[in-house]
Amino acid sequence: MRTYVIRRLLYAIPTLVAIATITFLITRLAPGDPIRLFTFGATDLTREDIEALRAAHGLDKSLPEQFALYIVNAAQLKFGNSILYHKDAMSLVLERLPNTITLAVSALVLQLIIGVPLGVIAAVNRGKWIDNAVRFFGVVGHAVPAFWFGLMLIIIFSVTLRWLPSQGVLTVGKDVWDIGDRLKHLIMPAFVLALAGIANYSRYLRTETLDVIRQDYIRTAEAKGLGSKTVFMVHALRNALIPVVTALGGVLAFLISGALVIEQVFTWPGVGQFTYAAARQKDYPVITAGVMLGGMLLVLSYLIRDIAYAVVDPRIKVK
Amino acid sequence: MATTTADIAAVSPVAVPARRASAGLWSDAWYRLRRDKLTMASIVVLVILIVLSAAAPLFEEHVFKFKFAQQDLLGAYAKPQLEKPQYLLGSDELGRSQVVRLLYGGQVSLFVGFFAAAIQLTIGVSLGLIAGYKRGFIDDAITFFITVLNSIPTLFLLLIITALFSPSALTLIVILGLLGWAGITLFVRGQTFSLREREFVTAARTVGASGFRIMTKHILPNVLPFIFILAAIDIGTIILIESALSYLGLGILPPTPSWGNMLSNAASYFNLAWWLVVSPGVMIFLTVLCLYLIGDGLRDALDPRLRGAS
Repeated sequence: MRTYVIRRLLYAIPTLVAIATITFLITRLAPGDPIRLFTFGATDLTREDIEALRAAHGLDKSLPEQFALYIVNAAQLKFGNSILYHKDAMSLVLERLPNTITLAVSALVLQLIIGVPLGVIAAVNRGKWIDNAVRFFGVVGHAVPAFWFGLMLIIIFSVTLRWLPSQGVLTVGKDVWDIGDRLKHLIMPAFVLALAGIANYSRYLRTETLDVIRQDYIRTAEAKGLGSKTVFMVHALRNALIPVVTALGGVLAFLISGALVIEQVFTWPGVGQFTYAAARQKDYPVITAGVMLGGMLLVLSYLIRDIAYAVVDPRIKVK
Repeated sequence: MATTTADIAAVSPVAVPARRASAGLWSDAWYRLRRDKLTMASIVVLVILIVLSAAAPLFEEHVFKFKFAQQDLLGAYAKPQLEKPQYLLGSDELGRSQVVRLLYGGQVSLFVGFFAAAIQLTIGVSLGLIAGYKRGFIDDAITFFITVLNSIPTLFLLLIITALFSPSALTLIVILGLLGWAGITLFVRGQTFSLREREFVTAARTVGASGFRIMTKHILPNVLPFIFILAAIDIGTIILIESALSYLGLGILPPTPSWGNMLSNAASYFNLAWWLVVSPGVMIFLTVLCLYLIGDGLRDALDPRLRGAS
């Protein structure tokens, strides 16, 4: 098992190098000079001052030189100082990470506690109206543009009913440990982010449950004279849940990407929102740090998924 | 020798419905599709949406008599109403007609969706066929490339690219088309893996068919039904992504209306005119829903064993 994990970790290295290369190329090939943008409007700067700034950010070297330096630094998670904030780019992005994780994990929990029961209920009531309703929701939940759904919720619950705050993680002036206030801020973005996943899980669980209850071992369990509840809870549901566990990695990856747009709608100060703002300002160090962090989270999610596969399903040989 | 329906009925103890005995894959699928009311309804709605968007200039001129870029500051934030046809769905902060802009926005969104999907499918299917058929080094290279591509947070990448290059509709199509083909490739590759071991491929190879011919004439037609299913879902997904990007101000840029960028304007004014937020979202939702339902329906029609499975 340990060798398997180490092997998978080693596999992640070329992937991360490739991500770093792509990010580097895109940011450096893009039109627009970050120093010009940054100093825009400052009339008292001389040409020398601008050159000095350029040198300070390493932008005066040739592209291959910049790239070599960049890779060496990236390996130590150094992406330089933010052009706008004059602070280490990676630590700026990392400061926002807890907010993104909170949002993604809350969405994941919502997906599981709503999606899984929906799918099971549909499968048990196959062909009845509730089954059709869940199946229809399974498609509808995917087709709703999440950011629009967020806007609609804001209009209903924040603007009209004034029940929930529409932005941020905490009301200004409240104690940082005010959990109630934080939950109020969290509920709408988390639910919006979870919607597609709830639809997904309900579809998934329905198929899985239908598949499992046709298996021979279920008939065996029934033949042994076990009650239908025991058969269902112990034998059927446990096996139907295996793919749910193994899908977690992919779901996390999806949530991290999806959080980007939702953070924007609810002005949620997370990694995505910060990187987006940096991209609009051409703050290269922050952009690369943000994308690299996103990439690392993604690689980590896939790693978790593969390990979960190996743990849950003994049929997969650990080589 | 051709076997007629009567022959089958004569030898088979099970009665064979006469009209379906000679049905091929496509007519058989069409037969099932016609009986699937939900899918047929989705097709009808989608066709209506496409026709309405395509006919936007006609509506602009003859029905609403209001140009899509025309402003009327006195008529800003008009409520949806029947008295003035151009304000059927209200007007925005510049007094532009929401309904006319929605029709034009539909043109853009559908255009981007269809063409970006076409690029994705072209790349995805060709690479999938090549990887699956050639195997070995080429397959490893393509698979590694996909692993890398899958590990890049796509939205993050799109965000940087679009923020730094401020794309037009055309470049947006190319960017979206070049990024999302990994899933299609993996699917086609898997199918090709098993198809290439089948007898008809061996037979083709025996008579000297080239690899290119086997891939295009023998394997591709067998993958084609799945490609239609993938296409429907793919177009829907791209429309969703495009709308999100345009909403963020990174996709289609104003004054060209798209459903996404109409929402980003409306979002800043929803205290004054909440109805401006509703209609573009409903349009996106309806279009994507139809495409997804068509995808589901096609799958059921082409492979009835899967009916009701998911």
